Amino acid sequence: MDKKTIIKIANLAKLEIKDDKLNDIASSLEKILNLVDEMNGVNTDDVTPMSHPLNLKQELRKDEVKEANQRDLFQKDNENTDNGYYKVPKIID
Amino acid sequence: MHNKTVSELKKAIEKKEVSSLELTSLFINRIKNMDPELNSFITLTEEHAIDKAKIIDKEISKGILRPLSGIPLAQKDIFCTKDIKTTCGSKMLDNFISPYDATVVEKLNDAGMVIVGKTNMDEFAMGSSNETSFFGDVKNPWDKDYVPGGSSGGSAASVSARLIPCSTGTDTGGSIRQPASLTGICGIKPTYGRVSRFGMIAFASSLDQAGVFTRTAEDSAILLTHISGFDPKDSTSSKNPVPDYAADCTKKFKSLIIGIPSEFLDGLDDKVREVFDENIRILEKNGCKFKKISLKSSKLGVSAYQVVAPAECSSNLSRYDGVRFGYRAKNVKNIEELYKKSRSEAFGPEVKRRILIGTYALSAGYYDAYYLKAQKIRKIISNEFEDAFKEVDLILGPTTPDTAFKLGEKTNDPIAMYLSDVFTVSTNLAGLPAMSIPMGFKNNLPLGLQIIGNHFDESKILSLAHHYQNLTDWHTKSPQEN
Repeated sequence: MDKKTIIKIANLAKLEIKDDKLNDIASSLEKILNLVDEMNGVNTDDVTPMSHPLNLKQELRKDEVKEANQRDLFQKDNENTDNGYYKVPKIID
Repeated sequence: MHNKTVSELKKAIEKKEVSSLELTSLFINRIKNMDPELNSFITLTEEHAIDKAKIIDKEISKGILRPLSGIPLAQKDIFCTKDIKTTCGSKMLDNFISPYDATVVEKLNDAGMVIVGKTNMDEFAMGSSNETSFFGDVKNPWDKDYVPGGSSGGSAASVSARLIPCSTGTDTGGSIRQPASLTGICGIKPTYGRVSRFGMIAFASSLDQAGVFTRTAEDSAILLTHISGFDPKDSTSSKNPVPDYAADCTKKFKSLIIGIPSEFLDGLDDKVREVFDENIRILEKNGCKFKKISLKSSKLGVSAYQVVAPAECSSNLSRYDGVRFGYRAKNVKNIEELYKKSRSEAFGPEVKRRILIGTYALSAGYYDAYYLKAQKIRKIISNEFEDAFKEVDLILGPTTPDTAFKLGEKTNDPIAMYLSDVFTVSTNLAGLPAMSIPMGFKNNLPLGLQIIGNHFDESKILSLAHHYQNLTDWHTKSPQEN
C-alpha cells in the first residue's frame, strides 16, 4: 500500500496522519492485507455472501413516535450548544 | 465471603446471613486495596453502589426479594450506564455520561444487582490484551507481568482476583472467552441475538454479543438467564424463548457426542495439548463420546474477521465527529478540521488502524475483493459448523493456542496479536454460542477449554461445563494475594 493510498483512505475516514507515521502505518496495513489475502486461496464463486449470522431478515418496527425528545438532557454535558443547537465552525461563507 | 459464588451469595442474602450493604462494602474495599496494582476498573461507583445496596436491604427487610437482590457486579465500560461515565476505554468518551441504561444494565439492575464499577477494556473493544485502553494496561492477577487478555480484560481480571463475584463482557472475536481463558475463569458468549445490544457501544454490529464472566458454570447460567431475551430496542435480538439456564445446567447430565476439530489441535503447544487430552480422558470416562471432525476453513476465520470487523467498525465509529458528544478538538479553523482533529487526537493507534483497514476494504474498487470475499468465507465457515452439528452435540477445543503472554510482547506485532484469537473468531462469524472454562495450568498460568454449541444451545454448553466442574476443581483455584 503506497503513501498516496493511505492519505486518500485517511481522508475518507477523517483521520490525520503525521508524515513521520506514514511508513509505520503503511507497513502494518500491508501485513494485515497479506493476512487477509489468505482468503484468496479458496474459490467462492458459487457462495452466497453471509451478512447476518443467523441468516435472518432484519425485522422492522412500525415508524411510530414513542418517546418524547429529550434535547436538554442530551445536550446537558456539551459546552458547545446554544439554544438547543450545536455550535460548529462556519460551514458556508 | 469474597470467595463465594453468585449462587452462594444469593442464598446467603436470602437467608439474611449477610446484607447487601455488607457485601457491597466488602468488595469495594477489596477493589480499593488491590486494584491499584491490577487496574481492572476505570470507574468505581461507590456512592451509587452504597445507595442501591441500602435500597435493596430495605426491600429485603420488607420481604421483597428480587432474583439477584443485593449481589455486587461490575459492568464492562462498553455498556451505557445512566448517570455513570461510560468511556469504552477511549479518550474519545472520557467525558461521556449516557442519558440512558443499556438493556443489559437495566435488566441486571432490575434483578436487584448492585453495580460497583465500570471495568477497563481495550479501546472500543479493539484488542486482545487490554493494552490499547486509554486508561492503562490491566495486569493478569496470576502474574502481573502478563496480560489478562482482551478486550474485556478488566472484567476478567476483577473476577479472577475475587474483586467482584461476576461481571459483564462483550465478545466480537473472542473478547469474553480469550480473557476468561487467560485469567482462569468462566466466560460465555451467547448466540448472536440472544442478548440485546441496545446501549452496548457498537464495534462490529454483525459480530458483537454481550455475555458474562463468573467463576462457575452455574453462575454464568444464572446471569445469562437474566440478560437474555428479545428487546424491541434491538431489531437483531431474538424472539426465541429464554430457558432457565441455571435449572437446565444443574439437571442430571445427559450423555453427549462431542466433536474435536483436528484444525484446533494441529501444531498446538505440547503442554497445552497434554492438558487438553487429559480433560478429554476425564470426560470420556464420564458420559461423553468423542468424535474427530474437521472445520477446515476455520483457519481463514482470522482473515475474514480482519475484513468484516474493521469494515463495520469504520462505519460504526464514524459517529464520533466531535460535535454532539465525546471529545472535541480545540482551535480548529473549519468543520473538516474539527472532524479530523477530534478523531485523530482522541482515537488510539489500534482503533485508527482498524478504521483505516475498514475504510480501505469498503472503498470503491476494493469492496468485492475484500468485504464481499470475507462475507463469502464467512458463509463457508458457517456451513462447516452447520454440517458438524448434524453429527455432534458440542465442539470442544482449547480457547487459546497458549497461556497469557507478557505485557508488551505483542504490542508491536498486530498480526501476532490477532492470531491469539484464532480459535475464537470463527464462532462469532457463524453467530454461535461458546464458552471458556478453566481446564488446567501451564507454568502457573491458566488455560481455558472452549465449548462451542449450535445456535441457541447455551443450555447444552452450560450443562457440559457444570458437569465438568463437578468432576474437576480448576474453577476453584484462585491467584495468590499479596
